[in-house]
Amino acid sequence: MNPMELAEADPGPAFTVTLDGRDLSALPGQTVAAALWSAGVRSWRTTRGEGRPRGVFCGIGVCFDCLVTVNDRPNQRACLVTVRPGDVIDTQDGTGHER
Amino acid sequence: MSAEQPHLAVIGAGPAGLAAALAAAGRGVHVTLVDSADAVGGQFYRQPTAALRARRPKALHHQWRTWRRIGEALDRHLAAGHITHLPEHHAWCVEKHPDRRRDQRPDRQPNPQPPRRFTVHALLGPEQETPVAVPADAVLLATGGYENVLPFPGWTLPGVVTAGGAQAMLKGALVVPGRAAVVAGTGPLLLPVATGLAAAGVSVAALVESADPKAFVRRAGRLARRPDKLVEGAGFAAELLRRRVRTLVRHTVVEAHGVDRLEAVTVAAIDAQGRVRPGTERRIPCDTLAVGHGMLPHTDLAESLGCRIDGVHVYVDDEQRTDVPGVWAAGETTGIGGAALSLAEGHIAGRSATARLRGREPDSHAWAAAAKSRGALREFFAALSAVYAPPAHWAERVTDDTVVCRCEEVTAGSVREAVGELGAGDLRTVKLLTRAGMGWCQGRMCGAAVAGITGCREGAARRLLARPVPLGVLARAGDAEDPEDTPAG
Repeated sequence: MNPMELAEADPGPAFTVTLDGRDLSALPGQTVAAALWSAGVRSWRTTRGEGRPRGVFCGIGVCFDCLVTVNDRPNQRACLVTVRPGDVIDTQDGTGHER
Repeated sequence: MSAEQPHLAVIGAGPAGLAAALAAAGRGVHVTLVDSADAVGGQFYRQPTAALRARRPKALHHQWRTWRRIGEALDRHLAAGHITHLPEHHAWCVEKHPDRRRDQRPDRQPNPQPPRRFTVHALLGPEQETPVAVPADAVLLATGGYENVLPFPGWTLPGVVTAGGAQAMLKGALVVPGRAAVVAGTGPLLLPVATGLAAAGVSVAALVESADPKAFVRRAGRLARRPDKLVEGAGFAAELLRRRVRTLVRHTVVEAHGVDRLEAVTVAAIDAQGRVRPGTERRIPCDTLAVGHGMLPHTDLAESLGCRIDGVHVYVDDEQRTDVPGVWAAGETTGIGGAALSLAEGHIAGRSATARLRGREPDSHAWAAAAKSRGALREFFAALSAVYAPPAHWAERVTDDTVVCRCEEVTAGSVREAVGELGAGDLRTVKLLTRAGMGWCQGRMCGAAVAGITGCREGAARRLLARPVPLGVLARAGDAEDPEDTPAG
């Protein structure tokens, strides 16, 4: 059983956002991180030094590992930001200011 | 609200903050509940976000009946205007004002209302850029804790998450991190995380706990003082058995494997000294590792107020007062002990603050039941934290090329070099030489790790601000002439 079924969730209709130009489906109320996890995406930025991939680590806004660019704003914490219809999400390289 | 009504700012809307808010609001104090989340409950009472419209929100929730009682009481106080809830308010500093009644200049009109003694500064929303100032006569810190995760080779791979993080994403967003998980580390949190993931359809390949069951037996007397907690643990154990989750005790994660994401972990048995027993290593394929080694208290706001910190937690007296007048603290920030202890402490703190705000000596008999519960639970968790101490010698297994500070990408090798070759003798010097702890999270993720690797004593990290603050906000922070005028007041 998946968690949505387990909690008998009945969210409103899904909407579309993009990740690096690719369409993804998201649900109302989800954070950016939850929407990406639901789409099977586990990493969405690379580190400044070694260029290593990162995604969610602490999940509660403490660690800053899940930074991502949302609507051209870099360094948003994916685990805190609620996803909105039409959001343009981009994987972030380094500081996010080098694009 | 009347002019004379005292204002209490409660920071944090988890079990401790909610219990405190209810205790104070029920006795004529106006409470402003400042919390970073969009809904009350904290991590323990986290539930599916409202827009997901879960018809069975209790499916992944713990102690639902207690939560319902708290939620209903809160709703009544919110409706009556006794409590103002400020969600998505990330508090970054509490400012304590000098007594302005005495040093008011004679040429100014006397203020009809004496100014409040404190201003809580917060940043609004997930982007945390819009500043808000909340005035208060007293402050109650219920800022909770966060997970301690000690490094090991591969721990930065996507797919490795904290145990609490996996649980937060599951409970709040109803998403799971992958298909096959290993839950590892030490501490009571691993049990609900493993059972929760299994219930949500994740194949949990193993629960890997480094603690030794014999350690429980040695502390059986002290642990037996809270049989309800032991029954709770037994319930999780039965659930794991029912879901056929293999439990490996006296085992630890040695390494996480993968190139760009987690593919497997190696776990191994440890001996009585905490060293890996050679030849016991086994590789478990998985796409998720939920890992944690207990909890650490959030003490930043207490530190900025100058409150005494004992070891890693905020000092409080029997009334839950810190040593700074007008500042109370309750819950995990005063020492890790779970939701029931947080409720008891919050209740006591709320009642004490209420009496003292009215200039009265509180009657401790009024909270005798909560104090008794607090005493027993503190003793229980002291015994438990001894059992669930991270395995000795964990630091020896951290290879030189393992990243320790995730934000600044500082390796264990650099940290060792700072101590061994550059002569650093304390954590501050290690930080200055290596940048470990200087990144976004301000050492919250690496503080314990750097202390363990260097052998330096771990104290409370001194942070001027509790979270990153835009420079423009900082520049304007002192400008509010009269914080009474802010909308949050």
